[in-house]
Amino acid sequence: MSTQASRSAARVMLSPAVISLLIWMIVPLVLTLWFSFQRYNLLYPDRAGFVGFYNYTTFVASPDFIQAIINTLLLVAGVLLITVIGGILLALLIDQPIWGQGYVRILVIAPFFIMPPVAALVWKNMFMNPTNGLFAEAFKALGLTPFDFLGDAPLISIIIIVAWQWLPFATLILLTALQSLSSEEIEAAEMDGAPAHKRFWFIILPHLSRAITVVILIQTIFLLGVLVEILVTTNGGPGTASTTLTFLVYKQSILNSDVGKAAAGGVVAVILANIVAVFLMRAIGKNLDA
Amino acid sequence: MGQITLSKVTKRFGDVEVIPPLDLRIEDGEFVVFVGPSGCGKSTLLRLIAGLEDVSDGQISIDGKDATSVPPAKRGLAMVFQSYALYPHMTVRKNIAFPLRMAGLSAAEQEKKVMAAAEVLNLTSFLDRRPGQLSGGQRQRVAIGRAIVREPEAFLFDEPLSNLDAALRVNMRLEISELHASLKTTMIYVTHDQVEAMTMADKIVVLNAGRVEQVGSPLHLYQNPQNTFVAGFIGSPKMNLLTGPEATKHSATTIGVRPEHIATSTTEGLWKGTVGVSEHLGSDTFFRVNNTGLGETIMVRAGGEVAIRHGETIYLTPDPTKIHRFDDKGQRL
Repeated sequence: MSTQASRSAARVMLSPAVISLLIWMIVPLVLTLWFSFQRYNLLYPDRAGFVGFYNYTTFVASPDFIQAIINTLLLVAGVLLITVIGGILLALLIDQPIWGQGYVRILVIAPFFIMPPVAALVWKNMFMNPTNGLFAEAFKALGLTPFDFLGDAPLISIIIIVAWQWLPFATLILLTALQSLSSEEIEAAEMDGAPAHKRFWFIILPHLSRAITVVILIQTIFLLGVLVEILVTTNGGPGTASTTLTFLVYKQSILNSDVGKAAAGGVVAVILANIVAVFLMRAIGKNLDA
Repeated sequence: MGQITLSKVTKRFGDVEVIPPLDLRIEDGEFVVFVGPSGCGKSTLLRLIAGLEDVSDGQISIDGKDATSVPPAKRGLAMVFQSYALYPHMTVRKNIAFPLRMAGLSAAEQEKKVMAAAEVLNLTSFLDRRPGQLSGGQRQRVAIGRAIVREPEAFLFDEPLSNLDAALRVNMRLEISELHASLKTTMIYVTHDQVEAMTMADKIVVLNAGRVEQVGSPLHLYQNPQNTFVAGFIGSPKMNLLTGPEATKHSATTIGVRPEHIATSTTEGLWKGTVGVSEHLGSDTFFRVNNTGLGETIMVRAGGEVAIRHGETIYLTPDPTKIHRFDDKGQRL
């Protein structure tokens, strides 16, 4: 792309894609912004009109809001912690030459292929159910009282379910990063007198830093929007113990039919996501530079 | 001290024996080069000495102490890898200091030794750069620096120059030789390049399919090759190896004549042939002589200014005192 003509030709040819992407993004955003300033409740279609920041103030002032923000951040942080640490350990494990390595790798990746509602329901009914679940059976076999996971520790239970789903993704990315580490580098460290744990800390972990950053950034985007797992397990409860911002928006729009307030919630969620994004890029973004 | 003895060292990968039982003694302060074609097991042998591979059988002792099952870090050897194996996320300073840091030296001592090594290797102005910002030769020097700060009993080099361009290779060859002269530490150097072997070694170990074909000083190997493999491998261009009636005349199965031991003439000589492709290097001229009736193309070295053209008839006479004779097993007679 060196000549003036080829540069402008490139711009012309790129424009349909850029414009359609822009429309794709701008239209829903503008609609959401528009609705967020309207009184727009499907149950009272006659009471419509501009209400200024009323939707925002009531959404933010509602007692569920702070709880939802905290739950959202806890969910994201909890899942990231489990998947990154677990992913590193699993990647190290399945990078070892073991018998049936290929099958082990496929099995490790399997949870990623299961649809979120199915996974959540399996966990809810087959593992965490306090009367029929496998965990309950295990507790009983040990002579303990079964623990009602989703009733007594709803957020932690959801974190476990979501982490189970995302662990394969983290493992896969970290495994490929691990495989790109030259064996000579490890051997050099071995010759230099670094025992296994120091080789991990000084050589392997720095090598993985970029992959870990990618895992954290991509997962954060998706984890901020987790809804289905909550919907089919706890429905945000008990009370608001497992209500996240996304679930709060869902509740406003579908259960309360309040499109205006849900739109305001959506805008707040977008702002929160951007705050998280800025924070993350500040903290770990430098790892992406070559 | 850095005296290394291998006795009956064997390496098997599954059922494949890459190194049949092998004995070798490396004296303190020697510059030993393992040379051989690719896949001959020379790198494996080096890795066995380093401890990066387990010995299947036999014993390795360093300074008279059995080191067969000693972990690599405790053998007191430092290795320079083909890919340099620098730590990309650390600066040059931290790369060189890494073995010292692992040994638990204080920051001041680390700094002192790193500076001393950087001084020797002309790296002082690059200490705060990362390996990615260095050229190939500089990376090579950092890798050597990381090895010398450990003050090892012996250095192990695994084809360290094969990633460098030709001019740089000649330079680094000199630098490594100078380093050996000043440190007087044992060095074991693996290469497939016989020029490197000839120019650097005190002692060359020629390997073929895991076996030691011959051990000796470069000139000894050049003048007295023990068998046809060594005869053909050492020396560039290769020695002319002839079989058939010409060899029978000397009551041998194979005879070998080096290109420089053949006299040329346009009028008379023992062998007659036509000149093929010739390479004019200025100081020397190498030309191939075809249709000699000897079954092989003969490589001849002549002076820099010979007026011999492609397609001309030429007469060749080998120096009868410089003919190497080999028996039917390829062994020297």
